[in-house]
This record gives sequence, structure tokens and C-alpha cells, in this order.
Amino acid sequence: MKGILKLAYKLLVTDRTKFTALVGGITFAVFLMVFVTSMLIGVLNHSSSMVTNVGAPVWVMDPAVQNVATSIGMPDYVLDAVRSMQGVQYAAPIYSSGALVKLPDGTYQPVTVIGLDDTSLLGRPRSIEGKIEDIYATNGFIAVKDADFPKLGNVHLGSEFELNDHRAVIVGIAKVPLFSIFGIPTLYTTYNRAVQYVPNPRYTISYVLVQPKSKGDILQIKRQVKALGYLALTMPEFKRKVSTFYLFSTGMGINIGLMTLISIVIGIVVSGQTFYTFVLENLERYGALKAIGTTSRELIGMILFQAAFASLVGYGLGVGVCTLIIGLAKLRMPSYAGMEMFTNLGAAFGLVLVIAATSSYIGIRTVLRIEPFDIFRG
Amino acid sequence: MPVTAIQASGLVKWFGEGEAKTTALKEVSLEAYLGEMLYIVGPSGSGKTTLLSVLSGILRPNAGSVLVEGADIWGLGSDRLAEFRLNKIGFVFQDYHLFPRLTTAENVAIPLILRRKSWDEAVSEAVKYLDIVGLKPRAELLPVKLSGGEQQRVAIARAIVSQPDILIMDEPTASLDGDTGRDIVSFVRRNILNHERCVVVVTHDDRIYEFADRTLEMEDGRLSGIEKRGANTEKGDK
Repeated sequence: MKGILKLAYKLLVTDRTKFTALVGGITFAVFLMVFVTSMLIGVLNHSSSMVTNVGAPVWVMDPAVQNVATSIGMPDYVLDAVRSMQGVQYAAPIYSSGALVKLPDGTYQPVTVIGLDDTSLLGRPRSIEGKIEDIYATNGFIAVKDADFPKLGNVHLGSEFELNDHRAVIVGIAKVPLFSIFGIPTLYTTYNRAVQYVPNPRYTISYVLVQPKSKGDILQIKRQVKALGYLALTMPEFKRKVSTFYLFSTGMGINIGLMTLISIVIGIVVSGQTFYTFVLENLERYGALKAIGTTSRELIGMILFQAAFASLVGYGLGVGVCTLIIGLAKLRMPSYAGMEMFTNLGAAFGLVLVIAATSSYIGIRTVLRIEPFDIFRG
Repeated sequence: MPVTAIQASGLVKWFGEGEAKTTALKEVSLEAYLGEMLYIVGPSGSGKTTLLSVLSGILRPNAGSVLVEGADIWGLGSDRLAEFRLNKIGFVFQDYHLFPRLTTAENVAIPLILRRKSWDEAVSEAVKYLDIVGLKPRAELLPVKLSGGEQQRVAIARAIVSQPDILIMDEPTASLDGDTGRDIVSFVRRNILNHERCVVVVTHDDRIYEFADRTLEMEDGRLSGIEKRGANTEKGDK
């Protein structure tokens, strides 16, 4: 069979124009699918960046919260109640809100202000300039150095700006694992300063961060929080909730889904058509092989091999081109959110299998129908 | 006593149904012997190619039998029939049907590859057969670089590389000029035909009739009953 497969390989790749068109079609389809889904995965991943960056294992929130950026304030007794619950090792409040800062040049810049628990600083970022304790300094704020950092102007330790007519000073610069997708800079300060500086409604606790005594305690914590009328989610559950919101409540999911579907259709149509043309143009050769003594099983093997080979080459190139473009985009735009994961690479591989199966089916049907007698008749 | 290579009897083949039904073979019976060059001649549409296809296990007849080595080939399943064609029959198609993007040697090696020989072994074996047809120096060329006569020789080498008992040639001179056509058939007669092989040629080219041992004429789906001995047999040129 090895020789027959080599024959199939030679028939396929030596017809360079057809082979290029075939592989090009599959490459394009795979590229489109991986690229679009990479964007989706990246956006969804970054949409819950605050959850990742703060890193608390359990989050308590109002049950009406749909995504991390639009929290609903909870009264202080929730924090006290959670702290007294069985299975809780410790719990701390966190504040998160949007605000406008007035930069030294007089321009206004929207920012996200995150207020960390004054006593524990639970969820603090990693300092790269200054010390985290400086957050306690008068008017102290820590700026996150991410893709949106330059929007704060020429920021350095000691830089000043205004926040709701309050003086604010940059006392540290920090790094976080994931940047936000909202395109605005992030400032950390203490919880008390945040609620003092940013205009707020009656209740100010955005979330209560909980450290359970053990993983086994999470279930009972959830039960107790539910009895209180609130919702406790583990970090992965909260991320999933945020992703679900963006996927199904914003139109992002349907748009990306449509683009993915289009890429599949393009892949199948272009590759199927090209492979069909390839088979048609080689029909005489297949007929001659059949006349000489190739069995139907061997012909099917040849076609399957050709379709699988072209599809896998297309898959490799498609993923390669996509990786290259995402890499280049990230070099140029650090805030570019696209990211490849096994999930979308696997899905693209599934697409390739569908393309290969469709192309093979078309090819096999055509080749099995040809009668060697037609070769004699010319 | 000549040894029978093919024994066909009562072959009937029709195409289409109802008013469109055309009978291409009407109770055709014949025998071909090892060591002979048998010609089947006749006008276009007389059923020559259909007969050749039925004899070589390519086209199933509606009635009749084709015995090769005492067994009816049309009693075989499709895989066994393919195996029969691969091992017993060598085909030289009218339009050669060479693979344009394989080298000459690779084209000749195809039947060996189908017989599970390794690629390299098959190609090196093929070169020996190219030597027989005088094309060894052209082993690495693509068919498009060869003349019509050379392509026909490559097709012959491909047909004999698996050492078949029966060589089937369909209009071997149709795409060649007169001299080249005669050279090819003369070459087959001198170098390919032997006492263990039978060559069946379908043609309507009267310039090559002289190379036949026997000639059967077909007309309207029937053998006309005229069986001519070829000039070569009479001359003992074998």
C-alpha cells in the first residue's frame, strides 16, 4: 500500500496549480476559523481580567450581576455575615468602578478604579516600581502598566492628577497577568480611599473575596451565601458567567459564530470544488489504473490519502499563518486580545476533517462511477 | 497443438434499454492462442473495442463466457477480476493514458507498484523494460518530452512489465504516422510476442495487417467468419 500511497501523493503534489489551489482553500478556511475564534477566546478571556488579576478563589456578589465590570453594590453586613460563615478562612471587600481622571494637561481620561481591602490588600497587583505599602500614602494610587497605561500621559512615580476634584498621586506602578479589554487604564488604591474619591451609591462593596478553609468548604459557603440572598461563585464559575454574558447577551457570540460558519462553508466549498476538479481532471488516470488492475478499495485509499494530505497541509499552514499574524499583531498592539488555545485549534482540526471527508466523498463517488471501458472508448 | 490463451463463447453485450437498446456483441465466439498475434479488424462501431473490453475483464457481458486458463473470468468477484487484469493482462490504450507528471520510468512501474513492489524496486525494474523498448536513456523524462512513437513504446513497456500472458492493444497506430505505426507493431512482433504470450490487436489500420498471425473481421457485432492467416505466419516470421 505504501507504493500506492506514494503514487497518490505524486499525482496530487505534482499538479502544482491544483495542489496550491486546494491547499490554499483549506489554509484560508482554517486561518479564518482559527483567527476568528482566537479573537473570541482572547476577548472572553480578557473580559474577566479583573477576576484573574485579583485571583480570589470565591467571589460573593449580588445575584443580578452579569459581568465583572458592572457590579452591584452590597451592604456592609454581607461582609460581616460572610466572615462569620462556616468554612471561611478570611474574607475581604473589593471595590471596582469606572471614574474620570483629570490629567495635568487638562484632559479627562476614563479609568477603572479598584479599591483593595485596607487591612489585607487582598488582590493586590505585583509592583514593578515603588512598594505596595506606598498605597497607604496620602492620595496614593498605583497605576497598572498595560497597553492602556500611556493614556494616563507621561506617568511616573510622583505624577499627580485629579479624581473627582481630589488630588491623586502615583505612588507605584504595577503589572497584572491580564489586561482589560475595555481600553481604559486601571488604578489601584485602598478600599476606603476609593469610596471616598469616587462618587458612589448607598452600598459600596462590589464583591466580597473569600478564601475558604479548604476546597471542600466551598459548597457549604455557597449554600450559606445563597441563604443570605446573595451569590457565591468560584473563580472559574465567575469567568464562565462573564463569558456567557458576552457571548449571548451582547451579540458577540452570534457574530463570531456566523463568521466561523462562513469560514466552514468557504472551506468546504472551495476545497470540495477544487478537489472535485482535481479528481475530474485525473479521471482518465484513475480509469486507467482501474483498467490495469487497481481495486476499488485501493482507489478509495488513494483518494482518502490525497484528501487527508491536502487537508493536513492546509491545516498546518492555516494555523501557522494565524499564529504569525497574531504574534505580529501583539508586537504592534500589546492590547491585541487574540489567543490560540487547544479548543479552537481542535475545532479547526474538526473543520479540516469535515473538509477532508466531504472532498473524499465527492472524489470517491466520482472515481468509483468511472468505467475502465470508457478509457478504451477514449 | 497451439495452447489456448483465451476462449470466448456466445458473448452478448448490449447497451441501453427499450428503444435506445444497442447490441454491440451478438453471440461472438473466438479463441486466441499463446504465441500468436491476433487481429480483430472492422469498421468503426462494429463492436471491436467492446469485444476487447469483454475479453480483458473490463466490461461484463450480458451473456457468454470468457475462459482464461480454463476459468471463466466473469465468474470472479470484482477484486479477483482486478487481480486477474493486473497479473494476466497488459493493456496498451489507444491514447496511451500515461501519467503526465510521472517520469517515464515511474509510468512503467505502475503495475509493479500495484503488485505491492516497493517504489524504488518497481522503478528500477521498469528501467529494464524501458531498455527493452529502447527508451532507457529517457527514463527520467516526463511523457510530454517524448514523441508519439516513444510514448507508445512507454505504454508497451508498462503493459509488459508485469509479464502478462495476454497483451491487449487497442488501435495501437491510431495516433501515429504510418512509418512509426508500422515500426511499433513490428517491434511488438519481434520483441514482445513469444510462445508464452498472446497479443490481441484491435485495429482498422490496413498498413499493419501484414504483422498478424490471424485476423478476425467484425461487422455489426458479429465476427464475419472470415479468418485470414497473416503474411508473417506464412513467412514463418516469428
